[in-house]
Amino acid sequence: MTKILNLISLWILPVIILVVLTCGIVKKVPVYEEFTKGAKGGFQVAVKIIPYLVAIIVAISMLRASGAIELLAQLLAPVLAKFNVPADTLPLMIVRSLSGSGALGIFSDIANTAGPDAYTTKLAAIMLGSSETTFYVLAVYFGAVGITKLRYAVWVGLLADFIGIVAAISVCNLMFA
Amino acid sequence: MNYIFYFLIVISIVIGAINGKLQDVVNSIMTGAELSVKVAISLIGIMAFWLGIMEIAKKSGVIDFIAKLIKPITKHLFNEIPEDSPAIGDIAMNFTANAFGLANAATPFGIRAMEELQKENNKKDTASNSMCLFLGMNTAGFQLVPTTVLAILIGIGYKNPTEIIAPTLLVTTIAFVSAIVLSKIFQRVSRQEVQNDKNS
Repeated sequence: MTKILNLISLWILPVIILVVLTCGIVKKVPVYEEFTKGAKGGFQVAVKIIPYLVAIIVAISMLRASGAIELLAQLLAPVLAKFNVPADTLPLMIVRSLSGSGALGIFSDIANTAGPDAYTTKLAAIMLGSSETTFYVLAVYFGAVGITKLRYAVWVGLLADFIGIVAAISVCNLMFA
Repeated sequence: MNYIFYFLIVISIVIGAINGKLQDVVNSIMTGAELSVKVAISLIGIMAFWLGIMEIAKKSGVIDFIAKLIKPITKHLFNEIPEDSPAIGDIAMNFTANAFGLANAATPFGIRAMEELQKENNKKDTASNSMCLFLGMNTAGFQLVPTTVLAILIGIGYKNPTEIIAPTLLVTTIAFVSAIVLSKIFQRVSRQEVQNDKNS
C-alpha cells in the first residue's frame, strides 16, 4: 500500500507535465510562448506576499524567542496529564499552527530523545503529519491577492487544528496505548 | 487579524521582558524578517514553473476537463461562485498536489485559485465565503502520505514507520471535514449578522 502511494507521489508531477504539454501540442497551443507568459507571474506573486510573510513570520519568531510557548506549555501540562497526554508533545501542539520549520524541529527533537518505540514519538508523528502550518497558509494565500480582512478564516483554521489535536490524541490512545 | 497581530507582538515583548529574554526577542525581529524574504524568494522559481505549466493547461483545455470532473462536488461546496469558474480547476490541482505531499506544486495552484476567487469577490480587501472555505480546507493539510514525518522516523530507526500512515490519514480526514463543516457554520452565522445589520 505504501509502495503504491510512494510510486504515485513520484510519478504524479511528471505525468501532469507530460499530459499538459502533449495536450497543448495536439491542440496547437504555442507551448513555449504560453509557458513564459504564465511564468512571468511567479516573480510578482513572490514579491506581493513579502509584506504578509514579514508580518506573520516576525510576530511568530518574536513569540517563540520570548519563551511564551514554554510558559503556555507549563500552564497546560496539568490539564493534559489528566488525558494521559505526554507533556513533551505540548510545544508541538502550540507551534504546529504557527511555524512549519519550528514544528519540524520540535518533532525531530522529540523523536530523537524519546526514541523509536515511545508512545510520545507516535503521537507527535501523527500530530505533525496530519496538519498544516495554518498561519503560513493564511499569509501566503491571502497575501497573494491582497486581502487583509480575513473574517472567520483564522478561526476555522485554528479550530480545525484543535479538532485535529484531539483526534490525534484519541486515535493514538486507541491504537498504541 | 489586527488583534492577533497586536497581541502576538505585545505578548512577546512583555513575556520576553519578564523572562529576561528581551535581547532574543529583538534579535528575532531581524532573523524573522530575513527568513520571510528567503521564503518568498525561494518560491519564485518553482512558482514561475508551475504557473507556466498551468497557462498551457488552461489554453489546451486540460483544466476545463478536470473542473468538469469534480464539478459535482465543488458545486455544493463552493456554491457562491459560478459552476464553470476557472477557480474550480485550480482548486482541484491544488488538492491533488497537497494530497500527494507536493507542497511546492500545491502553493502556485492554490494562489491561482485565490486569484480566480478574487475575481468573483465583491469586496477586494475582504475574504469571501468561498475563500474562507478554500483556506480552511488548505490549513487542515489533507495528505495521503506524510513523507517528511516518515523520513524522520526512518532516520531514528523506527521499526515499522508505515503503521503511522493509517492513523495520520484518519486524523487528517477528521480535521479536513471539520474545516469544511466549520466554514459552512461560520458562513451561515456571518450571513445572519449581515442581515441583522441591514434590519437595524
